[in-house]
Amino acid sequence: MAVIEQLTQDFLRTKKLPHIWCPGCGNGIVTAALVRAIERADCDQRDVVIVSGIGCSSRAAGYLNFNTLHTTHGRALAFATGLKLARPELKLFVIMGDGDCSAIGGNHFIHSARRNIDLNAVVVNNHIYGMTGGQHSPLTPPGKKATTAPDGTLERDFNLLELARGAGATFGARSTAAQPRQLEQLISRGAKHKGFSVVEALSPCPIAYGRKNKLGGPVDMLRNMKEKSIAVERASEMKEEDLQDKTITGVIYSYDVPEYAEEYYRAIGKG
Amino acid sequence: MPETKPVLMQGNEACAEGAIRAGVRFYAGYPITPSTEIAEKMAARLPGLGGVFIQMEDEIASMAAVIGASIGGMRTLTATSGPGFSLKQENIGYAIMAEIPCVVVNVQRMGPSTGVPTAPSQGDVMQARWGTHGDHPIIVFSPASVYETYYLTIAAVNLSQKLRQPVILLLDEVIGHMREKVFIPEGSKLMVEKSSDKVPADWKPYDEKGLTPLVPFGFGHYYHVTGLFHDQYGFPTGEPSQVERALDRIHEKLDKYRDEVVLTNYIGHKEPRVVIVTYGCTVRSARAVVKKAYWQNRQPVGLLSLQTLWPFPAKEIEALARQADVIIVPEMNMGQIFGEVERYARGEAEVISLNRYDGEMISPDQISEKMGRWLS
Repeated sequence: MAVIEQLTQDFLRTKKLPHIWCPGCGNGIVTAALVRAIERADCDQRDVVIVSGIGCSSRAAGYLNFNTLHTTHGRALAFATGLKLARPELKLFVIMGDGDCSAIGGNHFIHSARRNIDLNAVVVNNHIYGMTGGQHSPLTPPGKKATTAPDGTLERDFNLLELARGAGATFGARSTAAQPRQLEQLISRGAKHKGFSVVEALSPCPIAYGRKNKLGGPVDMLRNMKEKSIAVERASEMKEEDLQDKTITGVIYSYDVPEYAEEYYRAIGKG
Repeated sequence: MPETKPVLMQGNEACAEGAIRAGVRFYAGYPITPSTEIAEKMAARLPGLGGVFIQMEDEIASMAAVIGASIGGMRTLTATSGPGFSLKQENIGYAIMAEIPCVVVNVQRMGPSTGVPTAPSQGDVMQARWGTHGDHPIIVFSPASVYETYYLTIAAVNLSQKLRQPVILLLDEVIGHMREKVFIPEGSKLMVEKSSDKVPADWKPYDEKGLTPLVPFGFGHYYHVTGLFHDQYGFPTGEPSQVERALDRIHEKLDKYRDEVVLTNYIGHKEPRVVIVTYGCTVRSARAVVKKAYWQNRQPVGLLSLQTLWPFPAKEIEALARQADVIIVPEMNMGQIFGEVERYARGEAEVISLNRYDGEMISPDQISEKMGRWLS
């Protein structure tokens, strides 16, 4: 417990609490996992920058005791790209929600992946636009209801990690708010990875998503997340039809490819 | 200041060279006519200076990257034209709100929309003022020559740093693509002090007492930067008195340094009856008119050229209106600065607009003709 208390003292702006999130929201669990991952990855507090977009999860930046940059909707990765190139020694964690990252920010997401710039994207996926009250996002599964899809969305959803892989991301991992230890480990591994890393964190939104889709309360949603979760090692031994409706967790891929900022400075003779 | 021999360069090149001279070492942009030469020049020059050039995926990202790099402590610039300027507006607003210095160049082309990409225009004057949402302050410079482009770019970078405020450079296609001689002075007196991470112990990123330096990220000052209304430490607030105070704060810094912000130049008769007020490439035609009417024929004619369009040079117009019978406002749009001139003339002088919006420059003859009956 002593370690956790110390982390709370050092890495959280305790005076800014309580947070704005609804009861039962998973954002607090993901934020706590991020804090522990930063500690685990041995980052110097001075070098850590938290960049975020707009949405519920992006408000985490204000509660974290680092240099924090709360940007415009969808643009967090583009701000982060500029900052990383200006100061390659900094360690950037970019918190985005599912709509922020994959809809309005989709272009920046694929191009950050293509460049393989060393940014650590943590995408908090609650399948919904929470802050605006529950509209469907590109990560809302087909058929699920939202205020802008009252009869269930007809649109197909992205597989975020495969989208990133196709665009050139070199590290992709997934976990859920129901598995905070694993989430912590994955964010920490993403942080140590040189290049563009994406950690997708599935997170319950009982208020805007759970109620609309009759998924029960926060505990039910977390239990359900845990039950659906299959470790990537086990999934590789399973048939595809058995994996429908499952969440594959763990490090989905990790490749060793030159990192952009390092390559840039080497190319201009400053690396 | 000792001057070297003249160099022949294009307005867009002068903008890039001026920026480099002022210490800009980060450029993010997206290709668009007629501003592309600025990006090309930066791509060629910055790596050799240890700087960063990056072509981003779109205009929005370019603006964001520039702000990110500024927070990292670099001097930054991005350039675009018409449609790209529209796309940059959201993050320009962010830079104003978060008080992040940066320079945004818009080489104006004929709009609306895709318009005539290769034709000159001065149609973005009001967009430069009000393009981003909310009640924001803005600084906009508009050079009338290649030489002025070089110096106004330097001024823009320095002012942006000093006031922690984005500065817009509104070029037009004529100035951007014209080649002219520029005298590049020796020495390094064109730059303000570099920003430093050494600040007093009671440093606050948004000190309510007034201007405070931006301390780059990564030096142990764990402050928050947001586009939300914020307190002195950068943390979000919706408390009405703090919101009002924060909005006043970003406006007051421009008022306080008005002498450095509002730049105009008057030539001609000491007691003019007819004054031409204009900016950008149109100044060149107006200058030809004044040369003939005043220097040759001693007619009571003058020209006020506006290097600064916003904040609008209201005092200068008020003073002129008290002297002159008429103010003629030629501009390559349907009358954007005209309305401002009329407002600050306050009925003391007649204000007449002269507009052209066919993608061609306003000629000296057009101005002379408009002026004619007031001098007979």
